[in-house]
Formats: sequence, structure tokens, C-alpha cells
Amino acid sequence: MFPVRTMKAALTGIVPAVLSGAVLLVAEAPRAYASGMPQLDFANPLTLGQVFWGGVIFLLFFLALRGWALPKVETVLKSRDDRISGDLDLARNAKAEADRAVHELLQARRDAHAEAQAHLEKVVGAERDEAARRLAEMNARLEEEIGAAEAAVAQERSRALSSLRPIAAEAAAEIVGRLTGAQPDQDAVGRALPAHIS
Amino acid sequence: MGGLGSALRLSQSPVYMAVAACLVLVFLYFGMKPAAVVPGRLQAAAELSYKFIHNMAVDTIGPEGAAFFPFIFALFFFIMAGNYLGLIPFSFTFTSHIAVTLALALMVFLLSVIVSLKVQGLHFFAHFMPAGAPVWLAPLLIPIEILSFLSRPVSLSIRLFANMVAGHVMFDIFASFIIMLASLGFVGDVLAVGPLVINIALMGLELLVGALQAYVFAILTCIYLREAVAH
Repeated sequence: MFPVRTMKAALTGIVPAVLSGAVLLVAEAPRAYASGMPQLDFANPLTLGQVFWGGVIFLLFFLALRGWALPKVETVLKSRDDRISGDLDLARNAKAEADRAVHELLQARRDAHAEAQAHLEKVVGAERDEAARRLAEMNARLEEEIGAAEAAVAQERSRALSSLRPIAAEAAAEIVGRLTGAQPDQDAVGRALPAHIS
Repeated sequence: MGGLGSALRLSQSPVYMAVAACLVLVFLYFGMKPAAVVPGRLQAAAELSYKFIHNMAVDTIGPEGAAFFPFIFALFFFIMAGNYLGLIPFSFTFTSHIAVTLALALMVFLLSVIVSLKVQGLHFFAHFMPAGAPVWLAPLLIPIEILSFLSRPVSLSIRLFANMVAGHVMFDIFASFIIMLASLGFVGDVLAVGPLVINIALMGLELLVGALQAYVFAILTCIYLREAVAH
């Protein structure tokens, strides 16, 4: 509490002092005012004296800014820009790295997929070829069997056809015998049969 | 001391000029002292003021503007600090002196003429005849162009001087109203609140004008220099 009390005491001392100072200043102030426009009072040497002093002060100000203050700001700004662009480069490189990794991963996946597809196609193709081969084989065997059967049929048919003439002759002799009561001559029956019945 | 000696006596005007210059340098010194990558408030303000003037110089003048940047910076902050210092009661506004503003404007004018002559050589004088204008108008146009060129420092200096004077005269008028009204007794005391409020509002306006006039001075300087460096 002690510092606060001393502060209060100090304030109670200072405030009236400042106030009285301000009152004094205000009381003094009117005398400090120049009447009219002192800016245009060129008879007063101080008016043009400002130009000299202003030139000197402005020159020093300019030189201090150019040589010391502004380069300081520039250094800080530049180092920040460098750092930011450096960090950005780092981030960009990291991103490129990650992109490349992702790309490689995708490529590997694509390759694996293609390989699997090729393998699958190869197996399916082999199976298909095998099935076709078996089918062809079966077809050939069936063809062969059909051919054999057809040959047998043809053989049977020709055999049947070759025994047609005696049967026809016999039938004709029988018919003639029934109709006439006399057995016809075998050679005459043979001649009477049409030639196309072999 | 002769006439020269009395002219060179230190009045309060140079003192305030020195204070203004020192304030800006102190601002930059303490602002950039941390030199942090992530700036604090003061550093951000210092960097902002740097970038603001730098962008103005480079955007207006072009790539050559970087060479004039310290000059524009000095000009802007010298004028703005002077304008703002003048708003402190009992202080002195050196930018309200036509001698000071005319000196600043003539400095800008001479700089732009020197740069023009250096960059463009004698071609500089061709600017006084607007391109494409009929030749028979030349006797009329050339004097007009020369006059408008020569009036630049006048308008530049009077603009700043008149703005500062007008602002302070308004303060003075409304403040004197308060004193006049106060002599009317209690009613006058109550009525005096009016001019007081106006003076407070005027202070806000003058803060705006102080920055704006410094900006106008700096941007016009940039424009004159752009014409000077243009080929």
C-alpha cells in the first residue's frame, strides 16, 4: 500500500503544480501570439531563417533516413521475404516429394493391376485354347465316327441293293407261277426285269 | 549580429522541425529495434509506413521510383510530423509557414527539372508543346503550358500552407467564441459547449487533413518525378 499512498501524495502535489503551470501558460499564451499573419511578415528575419534551418534539418533528416533508418527496415523486410520464400520453397519441395511418392504408388498399383490382368488373360486364354482344342478333338472323333457309320450304312445299302435282283426275279416268278400255274423260265424272268434293278 | 545573423537565430520553427525529424527517426529506431520476423505493433507500423511510401513511389513513378523513395519518405513524414506536432496546443506548426512550404515545393520543383533535363535532355522542352496539337496554336499553347508548369511549386506550397492556416484559424475562431460566450455568465457557459464540441470535431478533421496534405504533397511529388523520368 505504501507505493500507492506515495503515488497519491505525489499526485496531489503534481496536479495543482501542473494546473497552475497550465494556467500560467494560458496566461502567457496571448503574448506569444503574433497579430495578423506572421507567415507573411517577411520583414521579420526569422521568417526566412526557417528556410535555412529547414533546409539543414531536412537534409540531415533525409540523410539519416537514406543511410540508416530505411535500410534497417529494408533489411528486416528482405530477410522476412527471404525466409518466407525459403519456407515456401521447402514446402513446395516437400509437396513435390509427396506428389512423386503418390505417383509412384499409383504407378505401382497400375502396374500390379496390369500384370494381374495380363496373367488372368493368359490363364483364361490358355483355358480357352485348351477347351477349343478339346472341342476340336471331340468334333474330329465324332466326324470320324459319323464317317464310319455312314460308310457302314452305304455298305449295308449297297449290299441290300445287290440282293434286290434275285428277290425281284423270285417275286416275279412267283407272281407268274400263281397267275399262269406254270413256272416261268429263269432266264426269261431275268431278261424281263428292268435293267436299273441291279 | 547582422541581418544574416538575426535570420539564423534559432526560433521555435526550426526546433519543431528538428523535433519532427527526430520523432520520425525515433519511431523507426524503436519500431525496427526488435527486427522480429513476426512484427509487434510498433514494428508493424514502421514497416507499414515504409511499404506505404515505397509502394506509392514505385507505383506512381515506375521502377525508377525506388531511387527517389528515401526522398519521398522524408518529405511525407517531415510534413506529416510537422502537421501533427502543430495540433498539440501551444506548439508551433512550421508547415503553416509559406516560407517553409514554398522552400519544400521549390526543392521538389528543382529536383524534377534537374531529373527531367538529365533523363530527357533538350527533349524536355518539347513537353511544352502538346503532341498532336495544331502548329498554329503553338503561340497560345506554349505560354499556357509554361505557366502551368511554373505554377506547380506555387500550388503545391499554397495548398499545404492554406490548409494548415485554415485549420488553425478555425480552431482560433471557435475557441474565441467560447471566451466571448463565457463573458455572458451562466447561459454563456452553457452555450459555450457548442463551439467546444465543434473544436473537438475540428481536431478530428485536422488529424485527417494533416495526413491527407502530407499525402497530397508526396503523391504530387511522385507525379512530377514520373513525368521527369518518362522518356
